[in-house]
Amino acid sequence: MNAPAKFAWTAENEAAAQKHIAKYPEGKQQSAVMPLLDIAQRQNGGHVTQEIMEYIGKYLGMAPIRVQEVASFYTMYNHKPVGTHHVQVCGTTPCWLRGADDIMDACVKRLGIKKGETTADGMFTLGEVECAGACVNGPMVSIGDDYFEDLTPESVVALLDKLAKGEAIKPGPQVDRQTSAPEGGPTTLLGKAKSDSKEGDA
Amino acid sequence: MLADKDRIFTNLYGFESPGIDAAMKRGDWDGTKDIIAKGQDWIIGEMKESGLRGRGGAGFPTGLKWSFMPKESDGRPSYLVVNADEGEPGTCKDRDLMRHDPHKLIEGCLIAGFAMRAVAAYIYIRGEFYREAEALEQAIEEARAKGFLGKDACGSGYSFDVHVHRGAGAYICGEETALIESLEGKKGQPRLKPPFPANVGVWGCPTTVNNVESIAVAPTILRRGAGWFSGLGRPNNTGTKVFSISGHVNKPCNVEEEMGIPLKELIEKHAGGVRGGWDNLLAVIPGGSSVPILPKSICDTVLMDFDSLREHQSGLGTAAVIVMDKSTDVVKAIARLSEFYKHESCGQCTPCREGTGWMWRVMERLVTGEAEKSEIDTLLEVTKQIEGHTICALGDAAAWPIQGLMRHFRPEVEARIENYHAKAAE
Repeated sequence: MNAPAKFAWTAENEAAAQKHIAKYPEGKQQSAVMPLLDIAQRQNGGHVTQEIMEYIGKYLGMAPIRVQEVASFYTMYNHKPVGTHHVQVCGTTPCWLRGADDIMDACVKRLGIKKGETTADGMFTLGEVECAGACVNGPMVSIGDDYFEDLTPESVVALLDKLAKGEAIKPGPQVDRQTSAPEGGPTTLLGKAKSDSKEGDA
Repeated sequence: MLADKDRIFTNLYGFESPGIDAAMKRGDWDGTKDIIAKGQDWIIGEMKESGLRGRGGAGFPTGLKWSFMPKESDGRPSYLVVNADEGEPGTCKDRDLMRHDPHKLIEGCLIAGFAMRAVAAYIYIRGEFYREAEALEQAIEEARAKGFLGKDACGSGYSFDVHVHRGAGAYICGEETALIESLEGKKGQPRLKPPFPANVGVWGCPTTVNNVESIAVAPTILRRGAGWFSGLGRPNNTGTKVFSISGHVNKPCNVEEEMGIPLKELIEKHAGGVRGGWDNLLAVIPGGSSVPILPKSICDTVLMDFDSLREHQSGLGTAAVIVMDKSTDVVKAIARLSEFYKHESCGQCTPCREGTGWMWRVMERLVTGEAEKSEIDTLLEVTKQIEGHTICALGDAAAWPIQGLMRHFRPEVEARIENYHAKAAE
């Protein structure tokens, strides 16, 4: 394997990094280490490397070990390559009660890999995550930056099939439902005229 | 049931746009300047009067918390930090407030920030909520463009800005001092208190950390009056609350209701009832994973507020109602939570770091019954040795679900052990 190209910000990401640094008081640029690791991970195709951590350390004036501490503490930083589609099944109790085990089994079977593995073609990485905070829409998976909710084993396989074919998939509930409202329609605000919620209306 | 006219979050489900024009039609950013003109003391007085208790789980009075901030600066700026690191299993309310009604939170930041004499607010949002962070950034841009934030915010003469800081996957950052560490660009390990954040918070400056919902309800409370809010619910448990109802109900959902609504009414009116009917109910975790489970007999009559749930040795927590019907393996349901806490322990304090793993391993054996009955008491003893012996409440949160399980379902656990031994003897 050839030595990889040296990491440096793209112009666009440098601007994004500077925008984050500007959010914090002067001299407190270390606060930007998390967003910068995120930007670098995206630029690098999904994971961070020793070189990236050192680069960010230099960029923010932090000891490399401090960057490494952060990068290893938080679960969203990957330390080895991940597939094009990072599929993460929520397995915590609220999703588990509604069949998260079946969702995981369906993913394992469809992708032919175990938890924590990546398909040979580099297309999918499968993982289990702790509570993703979409409990009334469980079971759910996150794929990349989006949540896919109210799943069945069939509907999650359908999503993976589409991704494998390079087709777009629609985030949110995979059943006929408006976000976190009860299926079949809301039980509240039924008499509310559109955008008319100012105080005093009866 | 709460009347529609008393609902604060009128776009909870995102039927309408989260954008600023739609938000203003819904009543946001209405007379913000006038509210600020009434001054810090009036705002904090009104918040105290409203009886609002923090919506992040602990239920500390919000107005009182704001009053702890220094009235005169010793040279250090003050900060408001919004805890949007929503991750307590069962809880997904703040997500809706941020993606569908973000201007309530942004306006709340300005008003609360002004009341505590802060120069800026940082909204710390869990990293997985990528789209929700985008919605907040968008709302902040819109508010800046209209002059509602920035120098002379809303024409009030007060300068204030709001920033979004994304986390990166760590439940512990929902603990306020871990969150502050994380905001400073460190791993999220809780700090010893004192000093409390109101004295030494982010970057060594006075800081108040509030939950999203606590801040987002403030503008409406101040517009409609403390008396309106305190007239809802029960004394010491006032106002409205966004509930998340998950698990074995026919229609899981989020819904804003009046504090003190009976649990049964909440589930039957809004979540389509328990799967298979109320008599098919086994148990409910009423306030997110950390609070002890309640058996059906208590669920029949319990009210959903801080004091009523506390009377039954549980808690309102984040008002995340996790429903389990009779098909549930309740031991496994709690063991899965033990696994969660083992995964999320930050590793700083020995009782929690070692204890969460230890409890989980015993719980896994109790799921199959591969244990001795005496181990139940040993396990309970260990929960007591963790509880109260760690820097933050994660150790307590890991201990309580197990204590709740044994309080109400010990015969089930014992039967499982008997069955295992009977089978082994065959």
